[in-house]
Amino acid sequence: MLGFIEKIGDYTLFRLHQTGRMGLFFSNCLASIVTPPFQIFAVTRQIYFIGARSVTVVLVTGLFTGMVLGLQGYHTLTRFHSEELLGSVVALSLIRELGPVLTALMVIGRAGSAICAEIGIMRNSEQIDALKCMAIDPYKYIMAPKIVAMLISVPLLTALFDVIGIFGGYLVGVILLGVSEGAYIQGMYASVAWDDVWMGLVKSVIFGLLMVGISAAKGYYIHLERNGAFGAEGVSRVTTDAVVASSVAVLVWDYLISAVLI
Amino acid sequence: MSEPQAKIAIEMINVEKSFCGQKVLDGIQLSIVEGKTTIITGASGQGKSVILKHMLGLIHPDKGVVRVLDQDINSIGKKGRRSLREHFGVLFQNVALFDSMTVYENVALPLRERGKLTEAVIRANVEEKLLLMDLHDINHKYPTQLSGGMKKRVGLARALVLNPSIVFFDEPTTGLDVHRSNEIYRLFYRTQQELGYTAIIVSHDVPRIFKLSDYVALLADGKIQGCIPPNEFQRSKNPKIRAFVETTMGSIYLSEQEEQSFHAPN
Repeated sequence: MLGFIEKIGDYTLFRLHQTGRMGLFFSNCLASIVTPPFQIFAVTRQIYFIGARSVTVVLVTGLFTGMVLGLQGYHTLTRFHSEELLGSVVALSLIRELGPVLTALMVIGRAGSAICAEIGIMRNSEQIDALKCMAIDPYKYIMAPKIVAMLISVPLLTALFDVIGIFGGYLVGVILLGVSEGAYIQGMYASVAWDDVWMGLVKSVIFGLLMVGISAAKGYYIHLERNGAFGAEGVSRVTTDAVVASSVAVLVWDYLISAVLI
Repeated sequence: MSEPQAKIAIEMINVEKSFCGQKVLDGIQLSIVEGKTTIITGASGQGKSVILKHMLGLIHPDKGVVRVLDQDINSIGKKGRRSLREHFGVLFQNVALFDSMTVYENVALPLRERGKLTEAVIRANVEEKLLLMDLHDINHKYPTQLSGGMKKRVGLARALVLNPSIVFFDEPTTGLDVHRSNEIYRLFYRTQQELGYTAIIVSHDVPRIFKLSDYVALLADGKIQGCIPPNEFQRSKNPKIRAFVETTMGSIYLSEQEEQSFHAPN
């Protein structure tokens, strides 16, 4: 019985430590992005890695998401003889919810996992210690360019996802199923307000912060993970953890932001 | 220490450190004399690298004080530690070169991050240090294209590029054969004589490394068993040092044999 209570206490303390560490990590990261000198070249390189190289996957996902929305929306709306609302349904679903969430999930899979693995390997091979010993702030040198790049890239990728998704809905609804082109576009114009776009933008910025923060922190603190998460196996384990934790965080925060902004 | 007048560069006072309930350092008392070479040795897993990381401020002690260049490294804050580390050079056990950077970029990194130097000054500094390490025409190579010995030399060039006053070596010859190890020791000796830095070497490559050292400190059972000149170390009556010296006598024989095998004709 005492052993059981001890285990609960130990686990609780570990989680509290972890939460504190994450808090410190986030505050150090945020401080590093507003402190000069600013690393324009490093940020550009990260924008290319996180943003430009994610364009294809975002385009493909966005197109098919829009097409599915068009197909399902059309068959549901037909039951109520409201096919002319298809444009509104597709655009609002994408701009408010699916665009930010699915873009974030794609970026987590492509860039979040890579960020975690990269920083984990740097920790394992003493490169982070080497930076500190060279009087270089690892937050400034490694984290800041990734955070800034994520904050720039994710909203742009989300906008791309929304546009190509709306086009996918148009392809299926208007071209394949015969919904009036005017009704599709006019419905969209009439129903989408600036608040909807704002909600999508806020979500994508917060998701970007969550993704880079969780992924980077998991890699940075790999040596403090339980069960001796070190070496190649440790990197693979924390990378998986980072992807799962970031994805769950995105979905939880999606609900919270929607509840606040709706 | 045997030189009462000598200036102390680093001092560890009653330092204790535990990991997962296991005490690794148990009241470490150690003084490193400025401008001299001190070897920290001991059996594997005793915590030699942990001592080094305390001196670098990478690990904080549970108890005790670590004073580096007259400053308590754990109470000067992040900024203070960063400016103190501008006096450090470190050669890590696995070198810790950045794989995505060329040799030139790796060595130039500490200079670039100072942000005050022109590219011409950086280039001159980097090339000077690479030449000092007998490294020619490898500026554009990546670490993965280099042998283990060359990586160590690039690591040493990077450690020395800021002309540090203290240089730390964590197992500098791990993974190298006798020839490559001797090459690293030769470079270390030459640069130490030329630049006059304080050297702290964590190694269990004894007694070979005794030749390079001014002081030898043995870490055993979480304590420093003596930090004395190598000739005194080999004659010490301290039972822990005695036992260690007797154990390493075998390695003299082995290393001579190894050297002979390297010189043997094919």
